Amino acid sequence: MDGALPGDDSWTVAGRRFHSRLIVGTGRYKDLEETGAAIAASGAEIVTVAVRRVNLSDPKAPMLQDYVDPKKYTYLPNTAGCHTANEAVRTLRLAREAGGWNLVKLEVLGPPPTLYPDMPGTFEAAEALIKDGFEVMVYTADDPVACKRLEEMGCVAVMPLGAPIGSGLGLQNAAMIWTIREQTKVPFLVDAGVGTASDAAIAMELGCDAVLLNSAIAHAKDPIKMARAMKLAIEAGRLAYLAGRMPRRLGADPSSPLTGLIR
Amino acid sequence: MQTAVTLTLNGEIRAYDGPISVAGLLSVLGLETRKVAVERNEEIVPRSHYAETWLETGDALEIVHFIGGG
Repeated sequence: MDGALPGDDSWTVAGRRFHSRLIVGTGRYKDLEETGAAIAASGAEIVTVAVRRVNLSDPKAPMLQDYVDPKKYTYLPNTAGCHTANEAVRTLRLAREAGGWNLVKLEVLGPPPTLYPDMPGTFEAAEALIKDGFEVMVYTADDPVACKRLEEMGCVAVMPLGAPIGSGLGLQNAAMIWTIREQTKVPFLVDAGVGTASDAAIAMELGCDAVLLNSAIAHAKDPIKMARAMKLAIEAGRLAYLAGRMPRRLGADPSSPLTGLIR
Repeated sequence: MQTAVTLTLNGEIRAYDGPISVAGLLSVLGLETRKVAVERNEEIVPRSHYAETWLETGDALEIVHFIGGG
């Protein structure tokens, strides 16, 4: 392929095919205009969106759909802010009614300051949603036993965190992410923790099918530049994964021939 | 004959002239049905039922839409 990504290097989740391996959030931007521009620069085809009460005192306020076209991008409704299974299930039923989509991102969160995935709540909600016909991409702890169980329950993608939501700490658990990657047969993503482009590349080098991030772009000084950086990092990481990295060694191994040296 | 219908709407108590359906309420609120979803007493109201879903005093409604989120 001469260094180019193979043309058919797409991935499929719940029967839908995508070429971009970057999923971006639509939150925390300065305004909707910046949201739209950053998402365009990221090349993402899937965007996560939140479901919230309409502001009844301002029904004509600009809406996300006016800046991020749901016909062009696949909306992935999330359950951000939900701390119980019941809240998460209600939220996604509303999302399905509002948008007609059954592909969703489930997250049931524990309390601050970690907002770590609440796994009992996650299992309960995943079970109810799958029974109700949803296709569930699930945010989870980086726990291989929990991830396996979610996959066996029928979740369509397993998405452990690399570090706490919004922390930008980068992958704190590369070995565990790799371990879970190895055991997972459905699409596998790192969701949360990416802080800058190299973090996204590392996730892809470990073999993730895609990466989901939001703050790393939205909170960069120049979100549109960072969106472009993420796009390139995802492609670079993916290409490096496909290329197969050289083995690590503890000692040096010279790159130039040792024969023919002048004496 | 008009009677007031008192609802809990997105957590706020509000009164409307009745009888009023979900479709009527959305119209009074100035909301496009295409961009929102409605839950009544923790049950989804399908869009196709808005016109025939009549609201009663004491109903709790949630009207939501999509916003930016990660």
